[in-house]
Amino acid sequence: MSYAIPAFLPFFIAALFAAIAPIRFRYILVLVPLINGILLFLNADQLSPITVQLHTFTLQIMDVGPAVTEQDAKLSLLFAYLFHLACFICLIYALHVKDKVQLVSGLLYAGSAIGAVFAGDFITLFIFWELLALTSAFLVFARRTEAAKAAGIRYLIIQVLSGVLLLIGAISYFQQTGSTDIGYIGLGSTASWLFLVAFGIKAAFPFMHSWLTDAYPEATPVGTVFLSAFTTKVAIYMLARTFPGEDLLVYIGAAMTCFPIFYAVIENDLRKVLAYSLINQLGFMVCGIGIGTALALNGTVAHAFNDVIFKGLLFMTMGAVLTRVGHVNGSNLGGLYKTMPKTTLFCIIGAASISAFPLFSGFVSKSMVMAAMIEAGHEYLWLMLLFASAGVFHHAGIKIPFFAFFAHDSGLRPKEAPTNMLVAMGIASALCILVGSYPALLYSLLPWENNYVAYDITHTLTQLQLLFFSALAFVWLNQKGLYPPELKSVNLDVEWIFRKALPGIGNGIYRLASGAKRVAVSSSLSLLNAIPVMKRGNDANAATMTLRMAIGFVLLVLMAFVTQFL
Amino acid sequence: MNKSEQKVAFFDKPENVKIILRVFYVLCVVLVIADFIVHRHIYVSFEEIPAFYAIYGFVACVVLVVIAKEMRKLVMRDEKYYDARDDEDDSSKKPEEKQQ
Repeated sequence: MSYAIPAFLPFFIAALFAAIAPIRFRYILVLVPLINGILLFLNADQLSPITVQLHTFTLQIMDVGPAVTEQDAKLSLLFAYLFHLACFICLIYALHVKDKVQLVSGLLYAGSAIGAVFAGDFITLFIFWELLALTSAFLVFARRTEAAKAAGIRYLIIQVLSGVLLLIGAISYFQQTGSTDIGYIGLGSTASWLFLVAFGIKAAFPFMHSWLTDAYPEATPVGTVFLSAFTTKVAIYMLARTFPGEDLLVYIGAAMTCFPIFYAVIENDLRKVLAYSLINQLGFMVCGIGIGTALALNGTVAHAFNDVIFKGLLFMTMGAVLTRVGHVNGSNLGGLYKTMPKTTLFCIIGAASISAFPLFSGFVSKSMVMAAMIEAGHEYLWLMLLFASAGVFHHAGIKIPFFAFFAHDSGLRPKEAPTNMLVAMGIASALCILVGSYPALLYSLLPWENNYVAYDITHTLTQLQLLFFSALAFVWLNQKGLYPPELKSVNLDVEWIFRKALPGIGNGIYRLASGAKRVAVSSSLSLLNAIPVMKRGNDANAATMTLRMAIGFVLLVLMAFVTQFL
Repeated sequence: MNKSEQKVAFFDKPENVKIILRVFYVLCVVLVIADFIVHRHIYVSFEEIPAFYAIYGFVACVVLVVIAKEMRKLVMRDEKYYDARDDEDDSSKKPEEKQQ
């Protein structure tokens, strides 16, 4: 049996089915990513490329097979497996929701991500890139609140802008090289900068990241889990394909690991805390791409894989709280472990994984990037990453479980999460522990040759020291009352520029302009009134006409006189 | 679920929390002692400092929190600074109904 269809097609067909069929058939949809993923995995060696002729242009929608280098093929496949897995978990998590909008857009979104990682040229990529934007926006809209609607629009504008930049980049790349095939670009030409910004927007580079922290916390509980898996990882995949070893990315990545953790510490909305910590994790991946050695790139890919699972798991636990309580504000939560013990356990597993505790998945992948950083000689940047590692444990590892499930008793006694949510969280938790305990499973899928050993005594000991003393700092700060309390608040970020400053400036200009218009209208009216009128009925008689013409003539002469001097 | 309502929950008993914290402190001490017994591989010059990772982890987190706290003075605004948010966060509404 061979696999000879575009890998995204089953998802699009499933979305169509979900749109037409009665909602009670949604259980069948879970099988789509499962079966398609297994088929893809079994036929990974004998995939054949698929192209579509569009007028004079050939779209390479399945860029696989012998023509592709081994690394590129493995890279595409690993991300494809990952997206199948993520979609499978998300769909189970969504089973209790009887909302077609979320189901259809979730399936289309996952399909677009899979289409994007198999795309062979930038035009095909552009199509899936924009589809990712369009379909995912509906996961935000589906929350059906005013704030979500506005956030979804902002999200869509920024995402589509990224696609437009990608298209312009692709066109100018074609003009320079005569090809649109996806491959190593490297910084230099205008086109390459356009690509970098287009990918950078989706990868949440600093100052381009606000769409993520803005929209993800506004989406539905299910929507955020979908969102956290695909968009940013497609961007990481593209950066790994086109800009490996680009020095600039090391610095961008290091900045990405550090700045969000400060926001995460003071943020009240726990899903927004996770959104900031998502940027922090992306920073490690961007660093890995920037270093560009086999170890670093393997680390990047492995970390992307693990991040989708454990960040998805954390978003799922917060989604369960949101579903049961109606909000995820740290200031009004606490003590939920009493009635949601299973969700609490899964949250702790996710927290241990993201903090890179030994035996959990983050440990075996984050350390690859860190080791590569030392090999590349970036000692001070390595210190930044170490700071970020301690910080991530602080805000995602401790803060999330502590303020949601422990801390002071909020008096809330919500029911345990629905069974399907628990199953989805259970699968993700099992994967976190499995990959963390048997890293060889993941390492065998990595594109480059890999002989990294995660579990040696130095690494295990130093990581434990780092984590335990970060926790000690948390305990100490809490007991001294120095820890910033959770407050109902909003923290200003880059989005302030386009949510407050630009509208403010725009309104200011509008007020100025309308003031100027008022003055102009009233003064010209008074001027008009100043023109003498011979009051003899309303008709203009010969005398007034003559007078007006005379005034007009004088004005014209004056104008002619003035123009002489200009 | 009624059972857990009646009996005092595990973390509500101060002595339980105390035990956990004590175990935690002991583990911290053990880890620092282990640093002197186990021969660590040294890759970076900073790592030569005894118990470097422990010190760095602690200091990093304190610095992080102190800076973040100061940041609040600059960036913190009221919850409804951007959006009115009148159509959510209503605890009187049943959240299950809202999500469907």
